Amino acid sequence: MAHGHDDHHHGPAKGITRWLYTTNHKDIGSMYLWFSFAMFLMGGVFALVIRAELFQPGLQFVEPNFFNQMTTMHGLVMVFGAVMPAFVGLANWMIPLMIGAPDMALPRMNNWSFWILPFAFAMLASTLFMDSGAPNFGWTFYAPLSTTYAPSSVTFFIFAVHIMGASSIMGSINIIATIINMRAPGMTLMKMPMFVWTWLITAYLLIAVMPVLAGVVTMMLFDIHFGTSFFSAAGGGDPVLFQHVFWFFGHPEVYIMILPAFGIVSEIIPTFARKHLFGYDSMVYAVASIAFLSFIVWAHHMFTTGMPLAGELFFMYATMLIAVPTGVKVFNWITTMFKGSISFETPMLFSIAFVVLFTMGGFTGLMLAIAPADFQYHDTYFVVAHFHYVLVPGAVFSIMAAAYYWLPKWTGHMYDEALGKLHFWLSFVGINILFFPQHFLGLAGMPRRIPDYSLQFADFNMISSIGAFIFGFSQLLFLFIVVKTVMGGKKATAAVWDNPEGLEWTVDSPAPYHTFSTPPLVK
Amino acid sequence: MLLKNKLWLGLMTAVLALASTELFAAWDLNMMQGITEISRETYRLHMLIFGICVVIGVGVYGVLAYSLIKYRKSKGAVPATFHHNTKVEMVWTILPFIILIGMAIPSTRVLTQIYDSSESELDILVTGYQWRWQYRYLTEEGEEVSFFSNLATPDEQIYNVAAKGENYLLEVDQPLVIPANRKVRFLLTSADVIHSWWVPEFAVKKDAIPGFVNESWVIAEQTGTFRGQCTELCGQEHGFMPIVVEVVEQAEFDTWLAGKQADAAAIAELTNQEFTLEQLVEQGRTVYNTYCVACHQANGQGLPPAFPALTGSAVATGPIEGHANTVINGVPGTAMAAYRNQLNPIDMAAVVTFERNGLGNAVGDMITPAEILELQAAAE
Amino acid sequence: MAKAEDTANGYEAYYVPEQSKFPIWASFGMFLMVYGLGNVLNDHKAGIDMTTSSWIAFLGFFTLSCVLYNWFATQIRENHQGLPSAQLKRSYVLGMYWFIFSEVMFFSAFFGALYYVRFMAVPWLGGEGDKGVSAILWPDFTPTWPVVSNPNPDLFTNPEESMAWPGLSGALSYLPLWNTILLLSSSVTVHIAHTALKNGERKKLNLWLGLTVLLGIVFLFLQAEEYIHAYHELGLTLNSGIYGSTFFLLTGFHGFHVTLGAFMLAVMWFRSIKGHFKPEDHFGFEAASWYWHFVDVVWVCLFFFVYIF
Ligand code: HEA
Ligand code: HEA
Ligand code: CUA
Ligand SMILES: [Cu+2]
Repeated sequence: MAHGHDDHHHGPAKGITRWLYTTNHKDIGSMYLWFSFAMFLMGGVFALVIRAELFQPGLQFVEPNFFNQMTTMHGLVMVFGAVMPAFVGLANWMIPLMIGAPDMALPRMNNWSFWILPFAFAMLASTLFMDSGAPNFGWTFYAPLSTTYAPSSVTFFIFAVHIMGASSIMGSINIIATIINMRAPGMTLMKMPMFVWTWLITAYLLIAVMPVLAGVVTMMLFDIHFGTSFFSAAGGGDPVLFQHVFWFFGHPEVYIMILPAFGIVSEIIPTFARKHLFGYDSMVYAVASIAFLSFIVWAHHMFTTGMPLAGELFFMYATMLIAVPTGVKVFNWITTMFKGSISFETPMLFSIAFVVLFTMGGFTGLMLAIAPADFQYHDTYFVVAHFHYVLVPGAVFSIMAAAYYWLPKWTGHMYDEALGKLHFWLSFVGINILFFPQHFLGLAGMPRRIPDYSLQFADFNMISSIGAFIFGFSQLLFLFIVVKTVMGGKKATAAVWDNPEGLEWTVDSPAPYHTFSTPPLVK
Repeated sequence: MLLKNKLWLGLMTAVLALASTELFAAWDLNMMQGITEISRETYRLHMLIFGICVVIGVGVYGVLAYSLIKYRKSKGAVPATFHHNTKVEMVWTILPFIILIGMAIPSTRVLTQIYDSSESELDILVTGYQWRWQYRYLTEEGEEVSFFSNLATPDEQIYNVAAKGENYLLEVDQPLVIPANRKVRFLLTSADVIHSWWVPEFAVKKDAIPGFVNESWVIAEQTGTFRGQCTELCGQEHGFMPIVVEVVEQAEFDTWLAGKQADAAAIAELTNQEFTLEQLVEQGRTVYNTYCVACHQANGQGLPPAFPALTGSAVATGPIEGHANTVINGVPGTAMAAYRNQLNPIDMAAVVTFERNGLGNAVGDMITPAEILELQAAAE
Repeated sequence: MAKAEDTANGYEAYYVPEQSKFPIWASFGMFLMVYGLGNVLNDHKAGIDMTTSSWIAFLGFFTLSCVLYNWFATQIRENHQGLPSAQLKRSYVLGMYWFIFSEVMFFSAFFGALYYVRFMAVPWLGGEGDKGVSAILWPDFTPTWPVVSNPNPDLFTNPEESMAWPGLSGALSYLPLWNTILLLSSSVTVHIAHTALKNGERKKLNLWLGLTVLLGIVFLFLQAEEYIHAYHELGLTLNSGIYGSTFFLLTGFHGFHVTLGAFMLAVMWFRSIKGHFKPEDHFGFEAASWYWHFVDVVWVCLFFFVYIF
C-alpha cells in the first residue's frame, strides 16, 4: 500500500501512462498548456479563413454558411479551448508552487477536469464534418437561430458545452480548495501573490456562471427536442430571455478571461522593474470589485433589444463603473514601473504591451458602454476591434508573457532571448495592423459576421487581413521557441531573474516533480 | 525598442487625432453625423467620450513612456522602495468616478430623447424575414400598402464574374419611402429569427424580434437615399439583406403612396384573370430565384437535411393542394416560412406551378391564383 | 502508518495519490454517454432507428458508473487506511460546499427564467408594460399566470388546467403540499440520524437514515403520480407553452436531484449497516446529508414560486 511519505521521492512514471494517469499538478498543468496552444492554432486557422475571405469584397473562398461556421467555431474554440484552459494550466503549475503546497487539493479530480476537454472539443470539432455542418449561429448562439433554425449538429454543441462546463466547475472547485486550504503556514490571504488572488476570484466567477450556461443550453435542448417554448413567443416565451441568461454567464466569462491576466502582469512587472508591486491591497480590492460588478452589467450586450429605458440606464451606469477599479489597476502597474529599474526581457515586453493595448480595449469598451452611442457601434467591427484588443493583446499576450516568465522554471533552460524579442515585435506590430483598422471599419458602418461587404470597406479589410497573417504565422515562431527551450539551452538558476519575489523561485529549475511535500515557513 | 515604442505611441495618438477631425469623417474613418437631430446628438456624444478617452490615454501613456525612458536599468537607474500611497490612490479612484458622472449626464439625456417615440405622424411595420425586409404602411383600413424589399445585387457581382457596382450589396428592388421632416415611427418585428434594422444616417438600430414589437422613430431632415444593413446574425444570407430608404418631400410621398395603393388594387384584379401554364412557369422561375433558391438551391436539390430537395420530392410531385398549402402556410417549427404574407396569389400560383414543371419535375399540372385564394381563405 | 512517519515540523503529509486510471476512463465514459445521447435525440427527430445510438449512450453511462463506483470504493479504502490527513478532509468539505453552490446557481438560472417570463415577457405579449405594443401581433391573447391559453395555441396546445394552489378547501388533496411535508420531515429525520451517528448510536442511525431514504422514495412516487395526472387529466405537458416548460423543468430537475440525493443516502445506509463511519469521521454521510438539505431548500422555493404564487 502507498505511503504518503515515500511518494514524494518518486519521479514521473515512464511512457504515455505518465500523462494519461497522472495526478501531478505539474504534468496536468503542462497538458492544459499544450492543449490550449493546439486549440489556439485551430481557432487561429479558422480566423485565417475568415480573414482570407474578407481580404477582398465578393465571395472568393467559402460559402456564406460555411463562413458563419468559421466565425462561430473560431469564437468558441478561442474562448473555451485556448484562453480558459491556458489560464487553468498556469494555475495548475504555479498556484501550488506559489503558496507552498505539495499539489492541488484533489489531484485525481484535477486530471479528470483536464481529460474531459479533449473529448469535448473532439466532439465540437467533429460537427464540421457532419452533413448538417457545424454550428453557424455565432459563439453567442442567440435563439431562435440556434434552436428552431439550427443545424442538427447543435445537439452535439449543447452536450460539448455541458461537459466542458463540468470540467470548468471541477477545475475551479479544485483551485478554491487548494488556495483556501493548502497555503503554507504564515501565508496569510493578504500575503498571497496577485496571481493566486486573481485566480481565487476567477474560480468563484466560474462556479457562479458555468452552471447558468449549462442551464441556458439545457433550455435550448428542450426547446429543440422536447417541445418547450422558453424562447418562442408563440408559447409565451421570449427570444430575449435567452440573451439575458446567456449574458448573465457571458459577461462574467469575459472577466474570467482577463482577471488571471491581471494577476500574471502583476507578477512580472515588479520583477523587471525591480520594485515592489505598487498598491497591493488596492489591487486586491479592485479585482474583487470588478468581479462583483461583472454580475450586474450583462445587458450592455443587449442595448438594441429594446429593453425598457430604466433597464438601459441601469446597465449603462453599472458598466461605466467598471472603469474605476480597472483604472486603479492600470495606474498601479504604471506606478510600479515609475522610479523602478526597468529591463526589457521578453516577458516584460509582453507585459508592457498588455498594459498599453488592454487599456485601449478598455477605452473602446467604455465607449460601447454608452447606450445611445452603442446603437451605432453595436454588432459592427468596432465591437470586434474592442474585444480583440482586450482578448488578444490582453489575455493572449499575458499568457505568452507567463510562458516566457516561467518557462525556465518549468524546463530548467533559458529560452532564446533574441528569438523571444523577435516574436514579441512581430506579434506587437502584427496585432495592431490586424485590429486597429477594425475600429474604422466599425465606425464607418461595417457589420459583424458578414462574409462580404460593400466597397467602401475594402482597404481597411485588406490591411487587417495582412496583419492577421503576420500575427498568425509569428505564433509558429513561438511554438519553435518553446520546443527549443524544452529540448535544451542555457541552464537556469533557481531564481532565474534577479531576485524575483515568490516561493516558486526558491525551488530548483526545473522544479522537482514533487515540491513542498512539507510546507515552507512564510514570514 | 524604446524608440519603436515611442514612435508607435506617437503614431497612435496621431491617428486618433486625425480620426477626430471632421475632415476625415468623409473618409470613412469615423462615425457619420447623419441627417437627424438624434444622429448628430449621438455623434457629438461619441466624440465627447472619445475625446475624454484620448486625453486620459495621452496622460496614462505619457507617464508610462516617461518611466520606460527615464528608469531603465541600462541607464543605471536604482529602484525606489515605496509601494503604496493612500493619497494618490484615493485621487485616482475618485477622479475617474467624477469623469464618469460627467459622461453619464449627456448620455442619459440623449437616451431619454431616443426613447420618446410618441406623437408619430406615420407608422410603418417593419418585419424581418430570412432574408429580406417587409414594409407595411399602417394607414387607414383597406388602404394599407405592404411590400418586400430584396437585395438587388446580382450573383455575378458577388461571385466576381461581373464588375461590382458602386452600391454593391447596398441596393434593393423596392426601397422604403418616407416623407421628410415628419416623425415616422417604425414598429419592428420578425417572422423567423432575430434581425436588426440599422440605418447609420438615422442613428436607428433596433432588433426585430419574432413575436415581439420594438419601437423606433426618425425625423429625416434631408431628402435623398440612405443605406443600411441587417446587423443581427440571422443565418446564411445575413450579409445580404440591405436596407434602402428614400426620403422625399411630403407631396411626392403622397403621390407615391397613392400609386402603391392603386397597384395593390390592380393585383387583386389580375388574380381573377386566366393564366397559361407557360406564363406561370415563366413568372414562377423569377419568384423562385428571389425567394426559394437560397435554401432549395438553383437546381432544386436543396441542402439536406436542413433544406430538403424539391426535385422529385413527395410534396412537389404529390397532390397540388398539399404543395400549395406548404407554400401558403409554411411548415411550423422549420425554416420553411409561410409565404402567404410574402407573396401575392399570382406569385404563389406561379412558383408552385414552376416547382412542379421545372427543377427536373414534370408533373404537368398547374394552379391558378384564384385557387390559391380559396386555399388561403380555407386556411384562415 | 503514513501519519506516524512524516511529522517533520508537526506536519501531517498531505496524501497525493499515485497515478490513477479513473479520470481518463471517467472522461471517456462521459463522452460516450453524451455522444450517444446526442445521436439518440437527432435520430429521434429525423425518425431514424435509434438502437445503435442508444447502445452507445448506455455503454457510456455504464462505463462512467463503473468508474465512479470504483473511484469512491478506492476513496473509502484509502480513508480506512488512514491516508487522508485532517487537511485533506477539509479539502473534501470545501469541495462539497462549492459543488452544492454550483447546483444552486444551476437552479437559479431556471428561477430567473421563471421570473422573467412571468413578470415581463407574458405581460408584454398581452399588451401590458413597456413593450405592450407587442400585443398587436397577438390580438386575442390575455396575459394570465399560470398561462393556460397560449399566444398561438396551434403550435403550443393549451393545458386544460394548471397546477396552481386550489385554495384551502382543496388543500388536503393537493399533492405538492404532501410532498412538502414529506421532504421537510425527511430533512429532520436525516438530522436525527446524523446526531445519532455523532453519539455513536448505530441502531438509531440506521433506523432514521433508512426512514429518510423511504420518505425520499415516497416523494418521488407522488411526483410521478402528479406528472401522470398532469399529462392525462390536465393536458399539461412539456408542449403546453411557457407554463408547462417552466413547471416541468423546475420540478423535473428537482426530482432528478432528489433521485441522486436519495441514492447517495441509500449508499450511506448500506455503508452504515456494513459498519462504516466513526462518530468523529463520517464525511461521506455528511456530504450526502448536506446535499439532501439543499434539495429540500430548493423544493421549498419551488413550492412557493411554482405552485403557490
Ligand atoms: C477580456 C475580455 C473583455 C474585457 C476585459 C472587456 C472589458 C470591457 N468591456 Fe467588453 N466585450 C468583450 C470582452 C471584454 N470586454 C467581448 C468578447 C465582447 C463581445 C461579445 C460578443 O458580442 O461577441 C464585448 C463587448 C462589450 C460590449 C457590448 C458591445 C456591443 O455588442 O454592442 C460592451 C458595452 O458596454 C463592453 C464594455 C466593456 C467595458 C466597459 C469594459 C471595461 O472592463 C473596460 C475597463 C477599462 C478601462 C476603461 C481602461 C483603463 C481605465 C483607466 C485608464 C481609468 C480611467 C478611464 C476612464 C475614466 C474612461 N464590451
Ligand atoms: C481569446 C479569444 C480570441 C482570439 C485569441 C482571437 C484571435 C483572432 N481573431 Fe477573433 N474572435 C473571438 C475571439 C478571439 N479571436 C470571438 C469571441 C469572436 C466573435 C465570434 C462571433 O462573432 O460569434 C471573434 C471574431 C473574429 C472576427 C469577426 C468574424 C465575424 O464577425 O464574422 C474576426 C475577423 O477578423 C476575427 C479575427 C481574429 C484573428 C485574425 C485572430 C488572430 O489573433 C488569430 C491568430 C492566428 C493564429 C494563431 C493562427 C496560427 C496558425 C497558423 C499560422 C497556421 C499553422 C497551422 C497549423 C500548424 C495547424 N475574430
Ligand atoms: Cu437579417 Cu441579419
Ligand atoms: Cu460584457
